[in-house]
Amino acid sequence: MQSLSNRAKKLEKKPMNFSERMYLPAIFQGLSITMRHFFKKKATIKYPEETRPMSAVWRGLHVLKRDEKGRERCTACGLCAVACPAEAITMVAGERKRGEENLYREEKYAISYEINMLRCIFCGLCEEACPKAAIFLQNDKVAPARYERDEFIYGKDRLVEPMPIQNL
Amino acid sequence: MELSLLLIKGLIIFAVFGITLLIATYSTYAERKVAAFIQDRVGPNRAGPFGLAQPLADAVKLFFKEEFVPANANKFLFIAGPSLAMLTACMSSAVIPFGGTLIIGGEAIHLQAIEVNIGILYVFGIVALGVYGIMIGGWASNNKFSLLGAIRAASQNISYELAMGMSIIALLLVTGTLSMRDIAAQQGQELFGISGLNWNIFYQPVGFLIFIICAFAETNRVPFDLPECETELVGGYHTEYSSMGMGLYLFAEYVNIFVASAVMATLYFGGYNFPFMHQLGLPHNVVTILGTVVLFAKIFFFIFFFMWVRWTLPRFRYDQLMNLGWKILIPLSILNVIVTGGAILLKAELF
Ligand code: SF4
Ligand code: SF4
Repeated sequence: MQSLSNRAKKLEKKPMNFSERMYLPAIFQGLSITMRHFFKKKATIKYPEETRPMSAVWRGLHVLKRDEKGRERCTACGLCAVACPAEAITMVAGERKRGEENLYREEKYAISYEINMLRCIFCGLCEEACPKAAIFLQNDKVAPARYERDEFIYGKDRLVEPMPIQNL
Repeated sequence: MELSLLLIKGLIIFAVFGITLLIATYSTYAERKVAAFIQDRVGPNRAGPFGLAQPLADAVKLFFKEEFVPANANKFLFIAGPSLAMLTACMSSAVIPFGGTLIIGGEAIHLQAIEVNIGILYVFGIVALGVYGIMIGGWASNNKFSLLGAIRAASQNISYELAMGMSIIALLLVTGTLSMRDIAAQQGQELFGISGLNWNIFYQPVGFLIFIICAFAETNRVPFDLPECETELVGGYHTEYSSMGMGLYLFAEYVNIFVASAVMATLYFGGYNFPFMHQLGLPHNVVTILGTVVLFAKIFFFIFFFMWVRWTLPRFRYDQLMNLGWKILIPLSILNVIVTGGAILLKAELF
């Protein structure tokens, strides 16, 4: 049959010649290949000590931002939860009381805000959905491995940016 | 006098035993490191500096695992199997001369645990016994895969022992003695005016090739590790073993590798002799100690070679293994014996 690409190679199964049947030349060839690999640079990244360089747009662990006065920006509008394709975000909204103006920027705030890091696919759609520029995916942190499943549900205690020192 | 002699012998035996176990322990570590390096990885490096405590961690892990005996296994034989494997593995390093003589207070002390004038036969006998450990363990497990592994081990060892024995006979024609000590000492003579280079490898290259191939088969190493062939037999003869039973089998394999390396270094690569050993003009004891160091360097090279081959070659198929053993190695070794004998006769005629 006519070959379409003219690139087909006809393979013939030739009987092995003497040096091939001796195996030894092939074995030494193999040994020299492995020896070359022995002295090659290793591909391993020794993780806790070394980390892989991350790109500037890396999407890692979430953070809930505060504004310049140290107030939480999130207003519990729920747009991030709606945008989330993995349905990883849940929250409970509450009304800001009198005297809490220095804590929350808007009258409505998130009493609890949880992201399940086992569900999250780090797509960053929550970040794009947020009208208050409250949630961001950091480019230098990852959600580390843990032993228990419930430790992967990150609450506000682990998500909200710590209070800047001068506001304490 | 008698007592101090006994004491020294005891010390040497203890040291040889300890060194054997230590080297076997660190062979497990070396194996993983070599494997890693060949595959462009770094290998165990977490336990201790450079991962040097890794064998210890492995041992502790194995000790704390459950010692599980399958319901229909023969309990006594199930435990006897790995014990026998370990016992025979540890016995054979007794006759290997780890150095020349140390002269202390006018007494010559041989750095060898026991001297028997049939050293090579002793090693062969013990190594041949080693297969019983595998067979008994594999049979007692009451598991098809284990039994198949055990049968493979038995037939493989018998096939390759023949060729190995023949290659040794050719060597014995050259040396004229069965004693490991004498064979090692003979290789310290001069060759081309270089003392300590009268190595048997120059007289028996083909014999050495056969011997090393058979050594791979005898120690059940890749490319001849069919008894424990994971792809076909799960784990072969040690499928049912857990905890220290498994540990002993694995450990026995490394002890066997050490012994095979030591035997190869002693029989073919000059043992504790090194080039120019008598021409350097060093004191006798220093030469002896240097010789021991050199012997261990040779042994380590062979251990490394075992690992190097393991991470290079794929496994043979069983019919290929049998073809190689019966149709190539045995005729070749017989030919080697005949040629060697002819050469010795010719030499006696001519000179
Ligand atoms: S990064 Fe994507 S998946 Fe993760 S919480 Fe945000 S929207 Fe959901
Ligand atoms: S993080 Fe942004 S989008 Fe999500 S609830 Fe808070 S304000 Fe709304």
